[in-house]
Formats: sequence, C-alpha cells, structure tokens
Amino acid sequence: MIKATLTGQRLVALFLFGWVLVSSPVLSLFDVDRSWGGIPMLYLYVFGVWAAFIGLMAWIIER
Amino acid sequence: MLTGPVIVAASFIYLLLLFAVAYFGDKRADAGRSVIANPTIYALSLAVYCTTWTYYGSVGRAASSGLGFVPIFLGPTLAVALWWFVMLKMVRIGKTNRITSIADFIASRYGKSHLLGGLVTVIAVLGVIPYIALQLKALSGSFAILVPPDDVVASGRGALPWLADTTFYVALSMAAFTILFGTRHLDATERHEGLVAAIAFESLVKLVAFVAVGVFVTFGLFDGFGDLFSRAAREPQLQALMRMGAGGNGYANWFALTLLSMLAVMFLPRQFQVTVVENVNENHLRRAIWLFPLYLLLINVFVLPIALGGLMLFAGQQVDADTFVLRLPMVFGHDWLALVVFIGGLSAATGMIVVETIALSTMVCNDLVMPLLLRYRWLALQGQEDVSGVLLGIRRGAIVLILLLAYLYFRLAGEAHALVSIGLISFAAVAQFAPAMLGGMYWRGGTRAGAVAGLSAGFAVWLYTLLLPSFAKSGWLPGDFLQNGLFGLDLLRPQELFGMQGLDPLAHSLFWSMLANLGAYVWVSLMRQPTALEAGQATLFVDVFKQGRPSDGAFWRGSAQVGDLLPLLGRFLGRERAANAFDEYARTRGVSREALQADAGLVHFAETTLAGAIGSASARVIVASVVQEEPLGLDEVMNILDEASQVRAYSRRLEQKSRELEEATRELRSANERLKELDRLKDDFMSSVTHELRTPLTSIRAFSEMLLEDPDIDVEDRQRFLGIIVSETERLTRLVNQVLDMAKIESGHADWVDDEVSLLDVVEQGAAATSQLFRDKGVALEMSLPPAVPALLADRDRLVQVVLNLLSNAVKFVARGSGQVRLSLHETGEGLQVDVSDNGPGLTPEEQRVVFEKFRQGGNTMTDKPQGTGLGLPISRQIVEHYGGRLWVESVPGEGATFSFLMPCGKSAVRKEDAG
Repeated sequence: MIKATLTGQRLVALFLFGWVLVSSPVLSLFDVDRSWGGIPMLYLYVFGVWAAFIGLMAWIIER
Repeated sequence: MLTGPVIVAASFIYLLLLFAVAYFGDKRADAGRSVIANPTIYALSLAVYCTTWTYYGSVGRAASSGLGFVPIFLGPTLAVALWWFVMLKMVRIGKTNRITSIADFIASRYGKSHLLGGLVTVIAVLGVIPYIALQLKALSGSFAILVPPDDVVASGRGALPWLADTTFYVALSMAAFTILFGTRHLDATERHEGLVAAIAFESLVKLVAFVAVGVFVTFGLFDGFGDLFSRAAREPQLQALMRMGAGGNGYANWFALTLLSMLAVMFLPRQFQVTVVENVNENHLRRAIWLFPLYLLLINVFVLPIALGGLMLFAGQQVDADTFVLRLPMVFGHDWLALVVFIGGLSAATGMIVVETIALSTMVCNDLVMPLLLRYRWLALQGQEDVSGVLLGIRRGAIVLILLLAYLYFRLAGEAHALVSIGLISFAAVAQFAPAMLGGMYWRGGTRAGAVAGLSAGFAVWLYTLLLPSFAKSGWLPGDFLQNGLFGLDLLRPQELFGMQGLDPLAHSLFWSMLANLGAYVWVSLMRQPTALEAGQATLFVDVFKQGRPSDGAFWRGSAQVGDLLPLLGRFLGRERAANAFDEYARTRGVSREALQADAGLVHFAETTLAGAIGSASARVIVASVVQEEPLGLDEVMNILDEASQVRAYSRRLEQKSRELEEATRELRSANERLKELDRLKDDFMSSVTHELRTPLTSIRAFSEMLLEDPDIDVEDRQRFLGIIVSETERLTRLVNQVLDMAKIESGHADWVDDEVSLLDVVEQGAAATSQLFRDKGVALEMSLPPAVPALLADRDRLVQVVLNLLSNAVKFVARGSGQVRLSLHETGEGLQVDVSDNGPGLTPEEQRVVFEKFRQGGNTMTDKPQGTGLGLPISRQIVEHYGGRLWVESVPGEGATFSFLMPCGKSAVRKEDAG
C-alpha cells in the first residue's frame, strides 16, 4: 500500500512536470525554424516529450 | 475494382467478423475464462477514444493548423498519469455502488436524485449527438469517396430527400448493429464482455490501417520523414504548419484543448463505459495507464506527415484534407490499401457509435424513462410479472432514437463543419460533468442543489456560446444574434461574451462555462448543509478506500420483508437470477436463504443489485415501495459517521498494537536464540571442564591404585608416583581455581580491587615470580623497560596474573637451553603496551584464531602431554578487556610468537573529561 501511494505520487509529479514541458513558455523555446535530419524541431520535441512521458510512466509502474 | 457492392460486401464481412469476436468473447465469459480479463485488452478497449475524428479528422486539422491536433491526444496522455488515484477511485466507487453510467454516478452521489440523473442524461445526449453525427458523416463520406456517387449529389446534399440519402441507411444499420451487439441479452445488467472484446479488436484494426497509410505515404510516396518534411519546408504555407500559431493554433488554444481533452477522456459516456463499467479488474488500470497513451502516440505519429504529403501531392486541387487518408492510396492506385483504410474507418466509427449509444441508451432508460414511469405509477401498479423485457425494449428504442437524432443533426448542421470542430463541441459538453464528478469524489460538502445549479449553468453557457452559434453558422438559425448579441445587446454576443475577445470560440466557451459551472456548484453547495441522504452518499463515495467506513446499509433504518424484496427483484432481473443473487448473499452471511433476515444490509443489497439494472435513483424508489423506511435525520447520519470514525480510530489503534506485538515477538525470538546459543556454549564449557578434570584424576587414581595394590613397589618408584600424584593434584586445584575465576569474571561477580598501580612494578613482579621457571629450563629472559610510566587505576594482582600467564606460556614453548624470551613495556598513543616475544615454534594462523578460546592447549594435544589448563589466555583476555584494553598475538610459524596487551592509559580518560 505504501509502495502504491509512492507510485501514485511519482505519477502526479510526472503529470505536473509533463504538462509544463508541453505548455506555453517551454514549448515556445522549441518553436523555431530549425530541423534535425529534415524533421522540424517542434514536431520532434512534442513527440519526443510524449514518448519519454510514456516511457517514464511505464518505468514507474512496471519496475 | 472498388465498386459499391464490393465495399458493401467487405463491410458486411467485417461486421460479421466483429460478431464472431463478440460471440467468442461472450462464450468464453460464460465458460468463466474471460478473454477481456487482461490489461492489454482493457487498454485497447480504452482506445475507443480514437474515433473517425482521429482517423480522418486529425489529418484535416493538421492540414490547417499543423500540430493543432496534438493537444486532443496529449491531454489524455497527461491525464492518465493521475488515473492511479482518480480513476482507481472512480472504478472502486462504481463497483461498490453498481454504477451503470455517468448519470447514475452523479445521481447516486448526490442523494440518488432523479432530477440530477435526468439532467446529466439530457446534457450527455444533447452534447454527444453531434459527435455521433460526425461518425455518420465520416462513414458516408468515406463511402462516397470510394464509390463516387451519381450526379445527384453534385447538385448538393441539401436537395437530397432523406430516403435517398446513404447516411440515413448508415444510421439505421448502425442502430441495428448496436441493438444486436449491446442488447442481445435479456438481462440488462451484465457487463458486455463480448462487446469489449470486439472493441479491442477494432482498436487494433484501426491502428494497423492508419499506420499502414502513414508508412505508405511517408516511405512509399516520399523518402522517409526527413525527405517529406524538407520538401514541405520549401513551400512557405506548409512551412508555417510546422510551427505554433498555424490556423489559430495559439498557446491559449493549445492549453484549452489539452485541458478539455483531459476531462473528455474521463467523462465522455463511452469512455466512462469502457473504463469504469466494463472494468473487470482494478489492477488492469496499472498497465493501461501507459499502454493507452502509447496507442495514442502510435496513431498520431503519421498524422502530420500524411497531412503535409496530401497537401503537396494534391496541390492546386480542391481536396478536403479530411479525406487524405483515403484518397492518397486511391489516387496512387493502391485500391487494396484504400479498402483497408475504409475498413479501419469503419472500425473507428462502429466502435464509437456502439459504445456511445449503449452508454447513452442505458442513461436514457435508467435516468429518464424509468423515473417517468415510476412517477406515474404505471409500472408499479400494473404489476407486470417480468419487466426486464420492458427495460430492454426501452433501451432498444433509445438506441434508434439517438441515432435518428444524430442523423437529424447531421442533416441540419453537419455539412457546415469540419469533423474536428463538431467533436470539440461534444468535448466541451461532457467537460461540464467534471465539477460534479470530481467534486463528488473528493468533497463531502457538495450537495444535490449545488450539482444541479452547476450543471445547469455550465450547460446553458455551453448551449449559448457553442451549440447555438454552430447552428447559426450552418444557417439553421438566424445568424444576427452572433453579430449583435441576444436582444441586440453587444455584451451578450455568444462568442465574445461580456466583451471577452482574443480567445477562439472553443476556449472562450470553455472558460465561461467552467466558470459558471464551478462557481454555481460551489456557491450553491455552500448555501446550506447537506441532507442526511446526501451526507450518507457523500461518505460512501469520498471514503470508499477508508477502512472502517460505515457498513453497507448503515444509513438505512426501517422494516422490510424478504418475501417482498425477492419478488421485486425477480420482476426486474428475472426470477431465477434474483433467487441466485439472494442465495449468494445468504452464503456470504453464512445462513440459508430461508433464514435471511430482512435487515438494513439485505435492503441495501437488494437496492444495489437493482441499481445495476435500472440505476440507483430508480432502485431507491422501487425498493422504498415495498419497505417501510424511517427517515434518518442529519443528526443520526452524523452519529453514524462519528461511530464510523471511532471505529476507524479503534482499528488504527488496533493496528498499532498488533505492530507493537509483532515487534515484541521479534525481540523475544532473538533473545531466545541468544539464550539457546549461550546454553550451547555452557554445555560445551561443562563438557570441556569435565574432560580437563578427568585427565589429572585418571592419572592420580591410576598411581594411587598401583600404590595400594602393590605393597612391594620400591621406595624410589613410590616417591616418583607420589610426586606425580601431588603435581597432578596441584594441577587439578589450579584448574578448579581458574574455572571459578573465569566464571566469576564472565558473570561479572569477580571482585576487582582497583588501585593506582604502575605497570612497571607489575611487569617486574611477574618477571621475578617466573624467574625460577626460566632458570630451571635454561631460558634467557631479556627485559626492556622504560624508566617510568604513567600510573593506571587497576587491580594489581590480576595484572600480575596476566603477565605471569604470558611469561609462563612463553617459557613453556621455547626450546630448553636455547630459548629466548623478550619482555618489553612501552607507551603508545593509545596507552601502555606490554609485549612478550619468544623464539618458539610460533603459531599458524588457524592456531592464532583459536588460541584465546577456552581449553585450547598450545602444541599438539593428541600426542603431547598437556602443558597447561587451557584457561590462562581466556582469563587474561577477560581481565585486559575489563579495563578496556586488548590482548592479541602476532606470529610467524617457525619464528616465534609475540603476545601483546594494551592497557588504555589514564591520560586518555582525562583528555575525554576535559573535552566533555
């Protein structure tokens, strides 16, 4: 039970952190005319954060 | 190749396949080997979130606003992280209260209110109908692309009579499909295992189909992501799509959409259905929390590439971006892929329509129609034997009605909008449930009046700022109130309410409706105390995880008869099922059905069982019709809650006590083990001691017997024998003394006569006492002593005993004549150290380890005659350690040994006192 609450708290922290990463001030840092291997920075950043977020959730829950 | 009949046949075959999956799922469920009892299937069923809106509409949105489609899926991804707490609680509440729909949830929480249940149902139906219309539009649209219709359509759909409209038939066939799927069983209470299996299967199909198109466009038509994006970047208007701000996708809108979709993924009726009602096992949530977002990510990776690819390849042509997914494979001659895409779209649409209409029809039946029937006493008085058929009929009627309403919306307003904006109208509607739902789960103070006020206010604002403008834009309503506001008041312009500008219509509506909703909910709730019923239900919801919460039926008082309750249940559930349910309940109580008492627990059980079929509010009314309830006052409810919290406190204290008890038990166990160990040591010691005593005794006895039995022994032998007897007796005495000494020291009963002593004197005294030994054996004793050393506070005789012991040991083991022993005393940082070195045979590491154990003799005890008692070194070590010192040995075999002991000096003690 204690472990479960800790997992839950980690997920809440991840939620807050994740929301900040894909919201206005941080997001605008990556809204630039640069690309990486042809792929636009904004697209790369949003989907990268998205994937990392899922990976971290999986890690927190399944470890 | 793709003619109308082919496509209709393919769709038909696909739907048959779905039935097969559902049939298989139901069969397995009946056999008790559920296929959906699996977190992956559960996560896939959650993906019913992705409808044709995602499937076709996301690309359309991406084509106009770049990443503007992302928040709709990013929101759920973020929100599921909170599900560990929020959704788990919702699922648990749903299970314990037999919640069947979101309307039931809210109605039950706020005192099983018919009014609230009805209100939520109306909002859900009105809010979600555009969303269902969207599916119909997408389905008929995709069909029209594959099989270009005759010129009738070219003249405009508005002119088309509805009987000739394919969408109408799509709607009807969907209704039939849903009825067959969701209401096949006569009992309306069970979860739909087969349905969930089919939904999960559909989620797989649409994912595979969409990814297939994505791969085809990205890697088939272009040369991978890099190529596609860099070619798009050469065109300025496409370049703009890779940045924020494209097509109204500003940060405020982004934020609003994220928030909105976070709420929608929890409160859309179909999401509530699959997540809460159809949940088999709470533990499935764990994996779904990351699998479901993973699904969302996968289905979205290719959205922007497809949109950009479509825009580049169809440049200059008038092609609706909502249709890119389907048109791209077709135009490039991959008919089979187009068919797969069509089937994927069919999956997305049917999944959504089936689950959504089932959820809505349950609400309409339980929270709208049943209360009306009950109110007019039609059902209760007519006394039909079995009304479960009626229930099913109501649900089927509701399904048809909902789909016809959706078709109507499609005819009236659907044509004017892109897929996405229709969907967002629905999202904003269901977001209105958030305050009443979340508030109800975490705040005891929310009341029925508050929830009604909040929902009504939020719904009214949504209607005025979002739904009516959408009608107005489609020309169905006069549009002038959009420009001039209601009654010509500028402040009442629906999309610039009170002059608020700069937000897009959706964010604008979300802000005002949420403000009105939350404000009214909290304000009205705080106007007065909750009633007894509200307080009781609030506790059942808010404290669902707490131990020692009020028992089932704690808030009910009155009298009832089993003979009334059982037939009542039988009318709604079927007689057999009702009897089984009662038997089951009786078993948990440990009595037979005949012996069941119609107490509060049974009434509660009957009511929740009934709630699973007809909703909590109706169940309450129906059960109340056969039992005599004494209404509880708020005071009494508060008393029960108090009792519950006392029970909680008791149970906490009990837990603490049991923890303490466990702790004590553990300590006792370890103490016991230590005692056992000591006991074993004592036994070893006793057997060693007796063994050591027996050796001298045996020789004394042998020689005495010789002297006794043979009087003719000559004097010389007699003298020798007597000498041996005397020396063995001395050894015996010494041994007994040492054993006693050892025992005393170990038990702490030894007398220590502490006085100021100089270790120099001690060493000299020891040397003097052993000088005869050295002389006898011809061993040289070399001493190196400092002129003076600090005095110690210790027992002089005991220290002498240590020095004596070390010296006599040394002399014992060196060779006669050539032996050398060195005795030195010097001051070290830690204290005074005495070393006794010899040039004897030395000790092996193994011997060094055991030499301080009791009864370990130096040398080989098997062959040599024992030369000591084996207690000297252990006693010496005890003495030195008593004063906080150390006694140890260093030795190299063959080169002698050095026994040293160190006595801490008085100085260190003095220093410590200074510091302290």
